[in-house]
Amino acid sequence: MDTFLGRYKNLIVLAAVLFAQIIGLAIQVRRPAQSGETRLIRLWAVSAVTPVEKTVVHAQKWVYDAWTSYFYLRGVRRENRELRAEIERMKIDDARLSEDARMARRVQTLLAFKEQYVESTIAAQVIGTSGSEQSRVLYIDKGSRDGIRPDMAVITPTGIVGKIMQVFPGSAQVLPINDQFSGVGVALKATRLQGILKGAQNGAATLQYIMSDEKVELGEEVITSGGDRIFPKGLPVGRVVSVEPGKDLFLNIRVVPSARLDQVEEVLVVTRIIDKEPDTKDLAPIRAADILAERLPTVPTKPGTDAAGNPKPADANSGAATSAGGTAAGTSAHPSATGTAPANKPVAGTTTTPVAKPAGAATSPRVAPGTSTAGGTGASKPATAAGAKPLTTAGTGVTNSPKPKVVTPTTNAQAPPNGDASTTPTRKAQPASEQAPSTNPDQPANPPTTEPPQ
Amino acid sequence: MSTRVMPYRGSLTSREQVAVYDFSWPAVIFIPLVAVLIQIFIPVRVRYFPIIDLPLMVTIFFATARRNPISGCLTGCIIGLMQDLFAGPLQFHPLGMYGIALTIIGYLASSLGLKIDVENPGSRFLITYIFFVLHQGIYYGVAHGLLRQMQVWSWSHVAISALANAVIGLFVFAFLDRFKQR
Repeated sequence: MDTFLGRYKNLIVLAAVLFAQIIGLAIQVRRPAQSGETRLIRLWAVSAVTPVEKTVVHAQKWVYDAWTSYFYLRGVRRENRELRAEIERMKIDDARLSEDARMARRVQTLLAFKEQYVESTIAAQVIGTSGSEQSRVLYIDKGSRDGIRPDMAVITPTGIVGKIMQVFPGSAQVLPINDQFSGVGVALKATRLQGILKGAQNGAATLQYIMSDEKVELGEEVITSGGDRIFPKGLPVGRVVSVEPGKDLFLNIRVVPSARLDQVEEVLVVTRIIDKEPDTKDLAPIRAADILAERLPTVPTKPGTDAAGNPKPADANSGAATSAGGTAAGTSAHPSATGTAPANKPVAGTTTTPVAKPAGAATSPRVAPGTSTAGGTGASKPATAAGAKPLTTAGTGVTNSPKPKVVTPTTNAQAPPNGDASTTPTRKAQPASEQAPSTNPDQPANPPTTEPPQ
Repeated sequence: MSTRVMPYRGSLTSREQVAVYDFSWPAVIFIPLVAVLIQIFIPVRVRYFPIIDLPLMVTIFFATARRNPISGCLTGCIIGLMQDLFAGPLQFHPLGMYGIALTIIGYLASSLGLKIDVENPGSRFLITYIFFVLHQGIYYGVAHGLLRQMQVWSWSHVAISALANAVIGLFVFAFLDRFKQR
């Protein structure tokens, strides 16, 4: 026996060490760590190493900052000039975009749309990596003592970086979006197609689950979709660099992350995201009645009758006029689109699209004027601009907008080339209850018509 | 603490005897620790550094210098577990993946050190190249076979990485030779 042990001592020790580690692996696989859970030994190891890494990184940064701030100032004047010019350009862009933003916020308010806002962030320095090709995790110098928690988003001004995986007292582990175990809910900015951005072992990022019959352009921007409940919606993720047909029914789309994940040094950890309605302080006032009318359930109105006892024709502005197909099902155009829209701006026909959507109507901005309203949209501008005459026959639609509406002078380029379609003078519309025919399906009314305006 | 000369019947070297080196305790403790620290810190600044595997080189160096399989496999085990501690999230990278790989590498390197001359640059280049490929293969086997993880094996990538490690290894081994005690 002694001879046997002596002869195979090396192999026995090797087998014992391997066996112990395999058992350890099996235990860890059997009881997988939950997200954010940390083994004590790893906590000790990272806690022991973190001060060393912090010291090295901060010393290096101090030296670099001292050099670049006080000694190496070559090109600073030129850079200053370029930055000033860029600020001027951005001011012009800002003026142009702010008007669009105001319009979008107004629409969001009316829809009770809640946006996610990044309310607070913590700046952190990257102090380490996994050091291997198999894993691309990063370590940052902020931990649980600074308020970092697992599953917080980590971003840079140029794009998202990843999410917090494990948190230690003085540091935290970040799983980048190009790690093979990472997955982020994203959407293509132009087409709004949604998919999942997955990392790979070689550090590439691919957008998955986009059907192969979809058209994806090279260079298209990818943003977060907010579906993963980690990243707020709309943050830049990257850019499409290649699109190939993949296996099964999906495209193989390669994305280059916006943030330089292999050279990221400073990041922002999003510690708080809040859902709130857009700030509308600087917007034109919106009447409470309009908002209430939008949110309250619809009450069908009785049909008005004329002297002969026939139902009164609907006004072109009313929902009845635009729901001639009978599919509007309680929708109405929003006042912002028809009545309370900024009077100093022409209201395009497509402005009814976003506000009509939540009511469930099949709204499409591409529909043709006049005939398109039979599809069940709200009061679309083409119909309004085209005049009430051809639409008065569409008496079976639903009218649920009792408030008076104001139509601003509008030149509608989409309207048919007849005399009515050019410019409609401003006029106060009558309450819809007085204009529109019955919405009660039990009461017969004039049959719907889908005739285009004459 | 001193160089011992050990006759070995199965030696394939031209020498009759192979030298066995010892190291001071601080060197034994701090060299692997510094190697792991450099491995996790340098990639923050140097993009392609992760293809270099300093803990593997240190394991090979200690194993071939001591020429003791038990010592080699224990050294590999400890260095590998240290590397595991920083390698990734526990859900995806449980402790022991690098530990198993470096345990086997340490054992084989020390066994090989008994048979061939590992002092000259040519043999060091070849040993590092071969053991890097083997290390990648063992890691792949553990991840794919034991843990059912999706792993991609690329021969070209492994070959280029092994070449880079073999070249860097020559300088690392030359530096670490200073810590050998004669």
